Amino acid sequence: MSNKIGVYICHCGNNISEYVDVERVRDSIENEKGVHIARTTMFACADSAQTEIIDDIKDNALDGIVIASCSPKLHLQTFREVAKRAGLNPYNYVQVNIREQGSWAHSDDPEGATEKAISLVKAGIGRTRFSKSLEHFTISAKNSVLIIGAGIAGMRAAIELAEMGTRVYLIEREHFVGGRLSQWGVLCSLNETGKELISRIYKRLKELDNITLFTGAEVISKAGSSGNFEVEIKITPRHVKTKCDPEGLQKAIDACPVEVPDEFNFYLTNRKAIFKNFDSEFPEAPVINMENCNRCGECLKYCDSIDLDQKTEIIKLEIGAIQVCTGFDPYEPKEGEFGYKTIDNVITLQQLKRLVELNEKQLFLNGKQIHNIAFIYCVGSRQFGKINGNNQYCSRYCCTVAIHSSLIVGKKYNDISCLHFTRGVRTYGKQELIYDEASQKGDIFFHFDENSPPTVEKSGNKTIVKVNDVYTDQIELGVEADLVVLVSGMIPRKDNSVVAILKTPVGRDGFLNEIHPKLRPVETVIDGVFISGAAQGPKNIEETVNSTLSAASKVNALICNEEIKLEPTIATINEETCEWCGKCLEACPFNAISQITHNGKKIASIIETNCKGCGICTPVCPVDAIDIIGYTNVEIESMIIELAK
Amino acid sequence: MTNPGPKILVFSTEKISDPAIDLAGLLKMHYQARAYTIIVPCSSAIKPRWVMFAFEQGFDGVFIAADGTDCPYDTACTDKTAQILTNTQKQMKERGIDPARLKMAAICSVCSEPFVKYIKSFSEYLSQNN
Repeated sequence: MSNKIGVYICHCGNNISEYVDVERVRDSIENEKGVHIARTTMFACADSAQTEIIDDIKDNALDGIVIASCSPKLHLQTFREVAKRAGLNPYNYVQVNIREQGSWAHSDDPEGATEKAISLVKAGIGRTRFSKSLEHFTISAKNSVLIIGAGIAGMRAAIELAEMGTRVYLIEREHFVGGRLSQWGVLCSLNETGKELISRIYKRLKELDNITLFTGAEVISKAGSSGNFEVEIKITPRHVKTKCDPEGLQKAIDACPVEVPDEFNFYLTNRKAIFKNFDSEFPEAPVINMENCNRCGECLKYCDSIDLDQKTEIIKLEIGAIQVCTGFDPYEPKEGEFGYKTIDNVITLQQLKRLVELNEKQLFLNGKQIHNIAFIYCVGSRQFGKINGNNQYCSRYCCTVAIHSSLIVGKKYNDISCLHFTRGVRTYGKQELIYDEASQKGDIFFHFDENSPPTVEKSGNKTIVKVNDVYTDQIELGVEADLVVLVSGMIPRKDNSVVAILKTPVGRDGFLNEIHPKLRPVETVIDGVFISGAAQGPKNIEETVNSTLSAASKVNALICNEEIKLEPTIATINEETCEWCGKCLEACPFNAISQITHNGKKIASIIETNCKGCGICTPVCPVDAIDIIGYTNVEIESMIIELAK
Repeated sequence: MTNPGPKILVFSTEKISDPAIDLAGLLKMHYQARAYTIIVPCSSAIKPRWVMFAFEQGFDGVFIAADGTDCPYDTACTDKTAQILTNTQKQMKERGIDPARLKMAAICSVCSEPFVKYIKSFSEYLSQNN
């Protein structure tokens, strides 16, 4: 029971106070029973505010606190730590959500939001009055992780976690590792290609015995909870055994009569049904895509490593945590957007990157040599004004990649000039140096705004890019281009079926949503599921690796001790009223109830290590003899009384 | 004075439906301010006496934002929550309370839009049948 309660109502900058009259909330609750202190605070989570709360608890011997601020998913632990630091049991603290379920949900109704906040705070005070001091208990957890996606984010996380002693299952939907990075040539600020970097990482990965890699693999189900997940993985066969004679395999590839557009080269070339994207790709064996294969059997004549009858497998894994590193898709312009697919020399930035890899001494597209390139920026990103689309975010990496590509093209082919049609160049940080280098090289930069995007038109055999250039007082300029490159950004994965299985929230932009972008940037509201890399929003390689190592640390911190601290909010039996009937035992999914004899009477008893505090046993008791600590009748009903007033 | 509209008590679940309600706020998806949430661990843990108590105290409706098939505790959660609903509605009938004033729907952790739609339509029903 708490009788000396401190109540703090947070402005959250103006996130709350723009719509909720926080001073009125304070005035309305300061005389509530048990309230000793009532204050408003600009940011309850700020160090200075935390210190003030700690001082209040100590100076006034408070035995309970209520903080009305954001969702408990964000700061429950923060404020429990505040309570602990002040010597108060953390379970004598109650957080009231007046932001996500108050000011933001009712920003159209400030009066309603304020009234609601008053009721919610009163309910929180009511609950605090009946709160009890509790201690954590622990459950065993598996020190193993499922990492979804074997691009640079997934591979780096796998290595890091494996080196810290965690068992790693790394799965990749494609049959080769490396993700997008393996498609890129020389990387900005490195003298190393994407595939070289991936090869280096892969070799390290193979040295670690506690990493198991599954390619052609995807999650099809998830059960359990943090520390003890069970997942099912579907593994599509590659139809080529790993040990095979390279010469025979090459003959088999040559003999394959099927040709389909090659997604690895963004459809600039074709590939066979049996294929490998490049020689040094990993795993070493090629794959047969059975959606393309016509089962003609030609390949079987040259290679006995091929097995067209391999079957899809489903395996089950038991893991303690999940890290999602599923990356991004490049934005593909709509037909006709800046001439894409309607004018034959208009391609995307990603296609240019592959084109440069495919052309050695001179740059050709459709048999025509390229002497100048026009880059049009922000295609599929920053879609405001007269630029149609819902992608309002900046894709962060594309300015740098476009300018870097211009430098690569300049160095590789000598005689190519580059023109850039930008909306302001965003080569932030050290990347600014390449912008300067491109300017020194002689690249020309034009500037357009969102209400006057450039146009790409065909005039006879010529392709003309026209722009109203901001730098020259909106004068319309027209230039002829051999090649138009649409600098297209990042979008969320088109096939994001894993999201539906894991139930990780996505934001308005369609990327995976973290709990808090600044304070908890790799955690999700699903305990034990972490996100990293471009799956949660546009990132360059550096930022991706920063994010993935951060997530790996969080995974390790969660499961490395093979036990997880759990809330002490477990079931409790009223020994006086319980008359053993066994209904609670039938209802319990965790075998957490046993029958004991107490004072000569058979009653139910809770096995604390098994109980997960779900409360499923409580409504089935015919004499109402079970409660969940923290959700007792008196606590819930005290809240209902306050909310109903 | 204008009618402020019906008062709804929402039972949400800590890991599944409450994140969806938070997400609705984050996305500024508006719904009636007189919908108040109490978080429980699992929708199969809601006691009928709490629902009946809410009606006694003057709530116009109770909405159970259930875990459904996403329940992290029990694969039979949907059936168990439905059983709680049935038992409670029986008690409501006995006390002359319209059973439709208790509503249940499965709300997954990203079901912010369905949640808002349910609350709006439930609120409308309660207003029309007050």
